Amino acid sequence: MQIYLPIAEISVNIFLLLGLGGLVGLLSGLFGVGGGFLITPLLFFIGIPPAVAVATGANQVVASSVSGVLAQFKRKAVDVPMGLVLMIGGLTGSGMGIYLFNLLTRLGQIDLAVQLSYVVFLGSIGALMLQESIRALRRTRRADAPRTKARSHNWIHRLPFKVKFRASGLYISVIPPVLVGMAVGVLAAIMGVGGGFIMVPAMIYLLGMPTKVVIGTSLFQILFVSAFTTLMHAITNQSVDVMLALLLIVGGVVGAQIGSQLGAKLKAEQLRILLALLVLAVAVKLGLDLLLMPGELYSLTTGVPR
Amino acid sequence: MIRVMLIWLMLALPAQAEKVVAGLSEEDIGITASFDGSTVLLYGAVKRDAPEPPGRLGVIVTLEGPMQRVTVRRKSREFGIWVNTGKVVVPEAPSYYAVASSAPLERILPPALDALENISLPLAMRAFAGPLGESDTRPYAEALMRIREKAGVYQLTRNPVKLVQDTLFRADFELPANLIEGDYTARIFLLRDGNLIDRAERPIRVRRVGLERFTYMMSQDRPALYGLMSLALAVFAGWAASAAFRMLKR
Repeated sequence: MQIYLPIAEISVNIFLLLGLGGLVGLLSGLFGVGGGFLITPLLFFIGIPPAVAVATGANQVVASSVSGVLAQFKRKAVDVPMGLVLMIGGLTGSGMGIYLFNLLTRLGQIDLAVQLSYVVFLGSIGALMLQESIRALRRTRRADAPRTKARSHNWIHRLPFKVKFRASGLYISVIPPVLVGMAVGVLAAIMGVGGGFIMVPAMIYLLGMPTKVVIGTSLFQILFVSAFTTLMHAITNQSVDVMLALLLIVGGVVGAQIGSQLGAKLKAEQLRILLALLVLAVAVKLGLDLLLMPGELYSLTTGVPR
Repeated sequence: MIRVMLIWLMLALPAQAEKVVAGLSEEDIGITASFDGSTVLLYGAVKRDAPEPPGRLGVIVTLEGPMQRVTVRRKSREFGIWVNTGKVVVPEAPSYYAVASSAPLERILPPALDALENISLPLAMRAFAGPLGESDTRPYAEALMRIREKAGVYQLTRNPVKLVQDTLFRADFELPANLIEGDYTARIFLLRDGNLIDRAERPIRVRRVGLERFTYMMSQDRPALYGLMSLALAVFAGWAASAAFRMLKR
């Protein structure tokens, strides 16, 4: 059964889209990630124009982070003041990212920029995760070895504009969280991702936040930044395809439930290795596309029909 | 008086000897959510006031979609990776183009007529017109043709015109699923021994309808409202998912 997507202007099999959403939902339920980093490249692979894929990916991230953040609020695992500071940085970064996205689109280099950022970020994060989870797996075998504590960065504590974040138990300057939020906002706009995979390690290792509030707070920031990004893409490029987003979301909802039930049966260390391998596989696939000679050297971009 | 009559005869007689009449199976095509391509049948006849003159009759039918501005980019290897380096802008290329004929095009269509009416694909594309920033635009125009033929929006030889007893003819066109909305035009050329005897044009309107039209118009005319609606849908779906999940758990 085919469905004509009004903005992407192509006809796609409805079950393919539901399946794609379901697959990504399954992974997000299984691993607790947003899945934006998978859905956008998968949309490229099935022939959705990059601008539409990125904007619609952002819209899908809104849906998956809403349900996540609601659950986290119930557990009181959201540091709202910290989330707001991250969000201010994120909105600024998203605005800059949208500007950059439109500039690169005009120059014809947007595909390259998106692919390169995927290769760089997914490649390095995937490698780090794999290394970390293999080490963790060895550690559990050796039975509770002492855990290395996150080092306190002295230069961070010397910065001005200090604020007390009660839920995180921190008294730090707002500059580092604003900068972290901003970096994630730029990535959100260019890559169509939530950016949790960058923000979570940054919050733990750079800001020194306790792990229990990290997921909830990052989801809080992601929700607002991806909502803003969706809106900006809709206004400046008219590239959000609501029909496509809806199908992905419906598939994702079902997938996420299956995923979280499946996740309860698997061990955390095994899950992390699987996720690391998956992230690396996407990075390698996109990297090969850049390195190998493409089958068709030419590509077409259509302007406004007259 | 004699002169006027002579002019009248010269104008009327050769031109009115044979005329083409044609119709379309569909003049309005609606793109709905379940749109999966469409076929259009063009049928017609040659109307004659006198017995058929000698010479070989040829019929060429083209179907052309709305014009688009197309940017063709070419990748080349820079620092080990493949990067878009060259580009050519084709200001006007049809979003869809199909040409059908009763005999192979090169046998019945003289180049002069082709140049006048832009019938064959390279001319219809208007892409080989001249340099547009790049020293040699030919490979770009060929790439445009190749990619669009592969996508099924440029069709060359698939559907011939069926001509019955030099009088009735029909041509079938397949419109692909990735159709662009706009005004399409079917052109019919009647030729005898390479000379154009008569021509006709029939319009086809292709429009999004129903929900497709509503969402598209909204995204163009009220982008902010459209963005907010997309967000509301996403938020609702996300909330409903977690609510349903809690219900199931209980």
